[in-house]
Amino acid sequence: MINKNPFKKTNKPLIYFLLILGAIVMIIPFYWMVTTGLKTPQEAIKFPPSIWPKSFVWSNFVKAWRQANFSMYIINTLFIAFTTLIGVLFSSILGAYAFAKLKFKGKDILFVSLLGIMMIPMPVYIIPGYLVLMKLGWIDTYMALIVPWTVSVFNIFLLRQHFKSIPNELFEAAVLDGCNHWQFLWKILVPLSKPILVTISIFSLLGSWNSFIWPLVVTNSDKIRPIQVGLAYFMQEQSTNYVLLSAASTISVIPLIALFFIAQKQIISSYARSGIKG
Amino acid sequence: MHKKDWLLALLLLLPVLTILIIFRFIPIVYAFIISFHKWGITGPSKFVWFSNYIKIFNDAVFWRSLGNTFYYTIFSVPMNFIFSLCLALLLNQKVKALGIFRTIYFLPVVTSIIAVSIVFKWIYHPRMGLLNYILSLFHLPTQVWLEEARGIFEMIFGSRFPVKGPSLALMSLIFMSVWKSLGYNVVIFLAGLQNIPDYYYDASKIDGANRWQTFWNVTFPLLSPVSFYVLLITTITSFQVFASVWMMTGPPPGGPLGTTNVVVYYLFENAFTYLRYGYASALAFILFIIIMSFTIIQKNFTEKKVYYD
Repeated sequence: MINKNPFKKTNKPLIYFLLILGAIVMIIPFYWMVTTGLKTPQEAIKFPPSIWPKSFVWSNFVKAWRQANFSMYIINTLFIAFTTLIGVLFSSILGAYAFAKLKFKGKDILFVSLLGIMMIPMPVYIIPGYLVLMKLGWIDTYMALIVPWTVSVFNIFLLRQHFKSIPNELFEAAVLDGCNHWQFLWKILVPLSKPILVTISIFSLLGSWNSFIWPLVVTNSDKIRPIQVGLAYFMQEQSTNYVLLSAASTISVIPLIALFFIAQKQIISSYARSGIKG
Repeated sequence: MHKKDWLLALLLLLPVLTILIIFRFIPIVYAFIISFHKWGITGPSKFVWFSNYIKIFNDAVFWRSLGNTFYYTIFSVPMNFIFSLCLALLLNQKVKALGIFRTIYFLPVVTSIIAVSIVFKWIYHPRMGLLNYILSLFHLPTQVWLEEARGIFEMIFGSRFPVKGPSLALMSLIFMSVWKSLGYNVVIFLAGLQNIPDYYYDASKIDGANRWQTFWNVTFPLLSPVSFYVLLITTITSFQVFASVWMMTGPPPGGPLGTTNVVVYYLFENAFTYLRYGYASALAFILFIIIMSFTIIQKNFTEKKVYYD
């Protein structure tokens, strides 16, 4: 070879130095959240701060859990997240099948208008959505937190792409075996779409766990609030008690981070895939 | 067969269409209608033509919040873009422990903005915050971060500088948002980089291109659809910033001196604090038009330079 491989000259130590520096910057806030949550109030407000807690006050977490009423918020959030998920899966599977495998008049126009709806940013819905819920008498109910989010155009789109990639010959063969549309969808297409359904479920669960503006607007009473709104109000209550606030934040973050570590490959590739295709 | 298909499609789409009509379509139309009305106690009371829109046009606080939103976008989008592209390029150099780095960078993406806001408010604390402690270790001047109303250009170049720039408080929110969403873009860029076939690099190697030339002539053009996507998504989300303002600034939120008041917060305040639904709906439509035109401009501007294959 006349030319040296330009990539062989790469400066590996420098690359690792920069990557590790980046990783440290990403980790520090998490580290600070957990360790502040473990300090005594006196130690937490000391300056210069101690990098490692002198003693580990685990009871801060119990206290934060009780004072922030986490049992209730977490049960609410799980209930909202899983009912929403069932709705999302159901509506996406049915909708995607209609768009991918059926022929009907006005299909393309309908599909384009759905994509158009997807382009409208969330803040535009806050006020009229609130007013519609008021008309329905749904303000401060679980219905308000669940029903509007049981349809996701993005997920219909994602699943439709996948259904389309499954050849129609499969359907014709299934018809010969006495299958109808409904059986073909649930017995053949859905099992073939497991990875994409997992992707949809992950997006939906993450979205429910982290959703904030909507539940903030449509709830008035504490007993149906999901975790993020609960945590936000806890912040207003305890504005300067950073030990309890850090402990509460840690608690709110743990379930998601656990889910993330269990399914991180799935999650990261889901985001990457949806990004590239979207 | 066709008639049957039509009926079946209607049945299958019934749940989707019902929900979308009630919770997406009707609200949008309703919002459009009430943006032309004065809001009474229980509902739109009087048709006032464009009066809400004219009022917005003359509303200094709106222009301020729009300016702040622009600042937020103009600063956070390039920072996000450059940092995430650099990290993705580094990760693409066949490094060991790629998975671990990627996981760490991605962690803030799955974390809620509420928990992140609480932690960063504590890190930015003027007297006890970690950030000021780190600055003091390097003998750098400490700052009051979220409580600083002065613009960053004013702070750097002195008060005679013609443009004040975003306040340090707003910059603090921007830094946090870059920290939080960086990992998402890293993952997107990395997937894009891994999609570039090796033979492009082999060809540029044979042509004797150095690494810099290879990046600008091979990697960057082939990555442009991904770059376009990243730019668009980051811009759109920047325009909708709300939670961090609500959680971290003030009291009242939007402070100090209104330098972190952004459009969505102003909309929220008008609707749910002052109950001016008509006015707030008009604000929502203006925001919508801005975001849409940004999408279109960015699309036209980048499309010429984007390679789709």
